[in-house]
Amino acid sequence: MMLMQEAGIVPGSVRGNVVMELKGTGLCCVRGGRRVFAGVDFAVESRKSVMLTGANGAGKSSLLRLIAGLIRPAEGAIALTGGDGEISVGEQAHYVGHLDPLKPALTVMENLTFWARFLNGGAGPGQDGAAQRSLEAVGLGELGHLPAGYLSAGQRRRLSLARMLAVPRPIWLLDEPTTALDAASQERLGRLMQAHLDGGGIILAATHGPLGLDGAQELRLGTRVASP
Amino acid sequence: MTALANLFARDARIAIRIGGGAMIGVLFFLTVVTLVPFAIGPDLALLRRIGPAILWLGALLASLLTLDRLFASDHDDGSLDLILMGRVPLEIAVVTKALAHWVTTGLPLVIASPVLGLFLNLEPAALGATALTLLVGTPALTLIGVIGAALAVALRRGGLLLPVMVLPMTIPVLIFGVAATNAAVGGPVPFATPFAILCALTLMSAVIGPFAAAATLRHGME
Repeated sequence: MMLMQEAGIVPGSVRGNVVMELKGTGLCCVRGGRRVFAGVDFAVESRKSVMLTGANGAGKSSLLRLIAGLIRPAEGAIALTGGDGEISVGEQAHYVGHLDPLKPALTVMENLTFWARFLNGGAGPGQDGAAQRSLEAVGLGELGHLPAGYLSAGQRRRLSLARMLAVPRPIWLLDEPTTALDAASQERLGRLMQAHLDGGGIILAATHGPLGLDGAQELRLGTRVASP
Repeated sequence: MTALANLFARDARIAIRIGGGAMIGVLFFLTVVTLVPFAIGPDLALLRRIGPAILWLGALLASLLTLDRLFASDHDDGSLDLILMGRVPLEIAVVTKALAHWVTTGLPLVIASPVLGLFLNLEPAALGATALTLLVGTPALTLIGVIGAALAVALRRGGLLLPVMVLPMTIPVLIFGVAATNAAVGGPVPFATPFAILCALTLMSAVIGPFAAAATLRHGME
């Protein structure tokens, strides 16, 4: 909370004081003819987070992509109550996956402002100011003019995370967000996530290690779940 | 609208910067057109007769040259995921990307064609007619090409697969583009007849191409 206020960012995503609930029921995912998981239920409301854990291939990433609307569930449904009924769950969510969607030919700032405007459906007033503050919040404030091709893996990841700060969306879907981050950046990410939760957001994160969030539920995906 | 303007500006900027594809198309066009007189020999009458066809073939190949990365590069770095999660319908995003591709690749070909036409001994009327038919016809090439570009993502193959799939679909555009140019220089049919059909082909591909490409991309993401 502190950090985002210092950075001048309205903590994410909050639609007044409406409590939102994101719910998945009986989710089944089939990838390449293989049933990755089945019968997965979860429910998470505003200010709460879920840590998805499980072995490699247990379907953590698939579940996040499923919630983001990038793949369709073979069975089951995802519902969001208290959100914007006009648009899909994916359009109210940020998804940070394994890939950092950055164009090496564009500068750090151009990459960020493009996504901020595109995801926002257009530039709000002071968008560039918000983008600069988001960059500062992830510690890239000095590198705005640098072509993104010169960034290290950790810096690329931080630029992806800055996207979530530049555009307020209530649901954060994070796929191993700490990959390539150094200790200080991991701690900073922890504070940003906590601030998002305090602001009424929802976080679902696939992770192998602790992310340091208070009161996170754990959703364990495993082969036992997948068997009928 | 602003989101689309941003997508257009981003794609155009990437194409123009170092490593982008904007200049490659024109250089390829130049190379193809320059090679033809070497192959055929200094027969000015022959060059003048087949010149429009050579320009059209060169433009056709050049406009498909950089198309295979149109969606593949966005797919490879995860940008396509976010484009799908934006509030812009995918069909409209496809049109926007196609437009950015045409402005950076197709339009330079149109502008270069009168200069290259001089190499082929074209008369002024033919130069103008070729430029005009290319201006109307190259958008059709891009809009048909986006289907192939989307298939390159779905099939996870790029490179020469795209021309092999797309070139057969561009045959009508090629026929009526060259026919209209020849008609302008004194062919048996009036210029307006093949030119109107060329315009119709462009409009048809503007309707079919983006929907087919978006459907292919959605399927390919699964």
